Amino acid sequence: MSLMNQLLTSISSSSSALLGQDHLFLTRPKNVVLPSKKSGLCKCIAAPSTEKTAYKTKVSRNENMGKLQAGYLFPEIARRRAAHMLKYPDAQVISLGIGDTTEPIPEVIASAMAKRSNSLATIEGYSGYGAEQGEKLLRAKVASTFYANLGIEEDDVFISDGAKSDISRLQVLFGSDVTMAVQDPSYPAYVDSGVIMGQTGRYQNNVGYAHIEYMKCTPENGFFPDLSAVSRTDVIFFCSPNNPTGSAASRDQLSQLVQFAKDNGTIIIYDSAYALYMSDDTPKSIFEIPGAKEVAIEISSFSKYAGFTGVRLGWTVIPKELQFSDGFPVAKDFNRIVCTCFNGASNIAQAGGLACLSPAGLEGMQEVIGFYKENTRIIVETFQSLGFNVYGGKNAPYVWVHFPGQSSWDVFGEILEKTHVVTTPGSGFGPGGEGFIRVSAFGHRANVLEACRRFKELYK
Amino acid sequence: MVIALQISSRELEHTKKYPNEKVISLGIGDTTEPLPEVITSAMSDFTLALSTHEGYRGYGAEQGNKTLRKAIAETFYRDLAVNDTEVFVSDGAQCDISRLQAYIDSSVIIGQAGDFQDGTGKYQNIEYMECGPQNHFFPDLSKTPKTDVIFFCSPHNPTGHAASREQLEHLVEFARENGSIIVYDSAYAAYITDGSPRSIYEIPGAKEVAIEVSSFSKLAGFTGVRLGWTVVPHELLFSNGFPVINDFNRIVCTCFNGASNVAQAGGLACLSPEGYKAMLSVVGYYMENANILVDTFASLGLKVYGGVNAPYVWVHFPGSSSWDRFNEILEKTHIITVPGSGFGPCGEEFIRVSAFGRRESVLEASARLKDTFLP
Repeated sequence: MSLMNQLLTSISSSSSALLGQDHLFLTRPKNVVLPSKKSGLCKCIAAPSTEKTAYKTKVSRNENMGKLQAGYLFPEIARRRAAHMLKYPDAQVISLGIGDTTEPIPEVIASAMAKRSNSLATIEGYSGYGAEQGEKLLRAKVASTFYANLGIEEDDVFISDGAKSDISRLQVLFGSDVTMAVQDPSYPAYVDSGVIMGQTGRYQNNVGYAHIEYMKCTPENGFFPDLSAVSRTDVIFFCSPNNPTGSAASRDQLSQLVQFAKDNGTIIIYDSAYALYMSDDTPKSIFEIPGAKEVAIEISSFSKYAGFTGVRLGWTVIPKELQFSDGFPVAKDFNRIVCTCFNGASNIAQAGGLACLSPAGLEGMQEVIGFYKENTRIIVETFQSLGFNVYGGKNAPYVWVHFPGQSSWDVFGEILEKTHVVTTPGSGFGPGGEGFIRVSAFGHRANVLEACRRFKELYK
Repeated sequence: MVIALQISSRELEHTKKYPNEKVISLGIGDTTEPLPEVITSAMSDFTLALSTHEGYRGYGAEQGNKTLRKAIAETFYRDLAVNDTEVFVSDGAQCDISRLQAYIDSSVIIGQAGDFQDGTGKYQNIEYMECGPQNHFFPDLSKTPKTDVIFFCSPHNPTGHAASREQLEHLVEFARENGSIIVYDSAYAAYITDGSPRSIYEIPGAKEVAIEVSSFSKLAGFTGVRLGWTVVPHELLFSNGFPVINDFNRIVCTCFNGASNVAQAGGLACLSPEGYKAMLSVVGYYMENANILVDTFASLGLKVYGGVNAPYVWVHFPGSSSWDRFNEILEKTHIITVPGSGFGPCGEEFIRVSAFGRRESVLEASARLKDTFLP
């Protein structure tokens, strides 16, 4: 019993509360010098140590880590939230910041995981290491559910512990010599993982990291970049429906993108994590576009479909047709990465994934998605009624609100201070996010309604 | 692991050739025994709770559930001054090794290793520290050039050797003199039976030079469930004084999103008094298997190492090619092992026999080996 309680009382990201930016309080090391072999002397210093006397290894810090600006975005948001809660212990803080799911997992899915857990206690049901690429049945079901008639087969699908991990594994796959393009604004993991791999130069305020091609996505260009103004890069990260802007690229736009990649010999990494949130007929997979199999990798996740943000399950599709410049199949190298740097997603999570793709599971997921979409509609309506220019919210659970001429961190701070609602400042997603706030639609209905009431109070 | 792929394909070939023979696998170190119920029921309760309003949980902290981090610190590092803030919960040591950018295969991928040289069977920029019977399976550090990072696994996969306190003091001193960082893999610590150190942090000064990586895989049978941890002490600093833990934390927050909360629920149950006891009895089961295998190979007149502090038995066939011995054993007894050369050049002449398996299989394997190879 107490175990459950212990698990259930955990709060959000402890990292942020503890670590803040890149500074961490140092535990003072003991002030004892190891005995020197030669003299046999042991020197004990009673005074508290300072940085000067603390032992340092001779291992150089990876200079790429030093290029990163502050901490990863979402732990920063969590840190601010925690600080705010300390400042206002009686305030009811509502989180529409980090896109964290809040609604229970459909029973059919949860009970499949419970069943798999219990079977691990039996001789017949116990399984050890699974295939690093994922359980065959699940790979086949992902292929048939999401890529029916698109020529994607079971062995093109690699099951992951979530898109975030696979983004970094793909960066390892490509190495430090590739150039990358991202939408601006974009999900921070693409850029940050590229910086860590050494693909970028230094950061310049309001410009971004050197050597990254930032493809501006703004209201003016309908949140689709002007490809004629984009320089060639080896890799393009493209997320649609988009986090944070909520925009979904049309079939025509995606055809342009595929053509652009073909013309330049570029590989697209297409993030389709929000595909099922689409309200209209826009393509759910890049592979709906003819020719895409020769230029694209698709990543996706159960996080926002099944509430698996904590359970951890996703997938990556690499078509057999995708080749490096020397003809070597990209999937072969990715397979090697997966076998060396990973050991498969949790078998229990995979059992959950299989249940997600059963008829009852798919229905359950659609219900939860529908719930969050209704939240999104409420938030969109609220900001529109207040006279704001509001984007997104139709094909994704994110609402992108324009605050022209204002610093997004300032607006974030003001909203937090005056309404106790956590949002996410647009500049956290790149220079192109400046002047915008992202409001996420994940939350209990009552909280979303209350937050909207407070927004109306603040901006009436 | 590449060797795992090669073994799998040999096994497949063999079963096609001998469809009526029962192949016994003592190759890949995969756990076989069911999980204790106290652990599986904690996981199933947790998953069912995820379908309720009160029990639902979304993203967890990337570093792991706080209660689990505390339990790991208290269970494995009591009195060693390791704080829960220094413990990072992972989805297994294999993944954290890459996050630390280490070991032969993954450092090749990261670009640290240089080219593979067919003649020596080594990657160019890697320092291979020979471990064999001649040096009691501990490298001669006086002959080892300085490197930035030293990977050290103890109890050791594949040789089964657990470094003594004295050997580890020597290693820590060596690291300190050279300013190196030790990445200490203690995944098999629970298998130690002779009082050898279970954590590098038992050695004074280690917190300033070592990272420790470990796993619930072989401890709890979590090879498929996926859970492990890495300890990065606050005292561990880069040459410019920057704390290694800050960068590791950033990696974990950027390249990872935490271990599955279900696996973590299982981990907590493993570390409860009842769970811990049940876990160790499974470890004991595998070590009994190891005893049987050690006795078997010794009875064949072979020099046998390991099997005392790890679930691996390291059998010496002087003058032999390990693949030849692997093939002979497979062909004549239908038992899968692992040729030592799959672990590096000094593995040549050795076979690794893993002690994971059902007791009946191990006993049958033992009988086959004696029947076939006893004069």
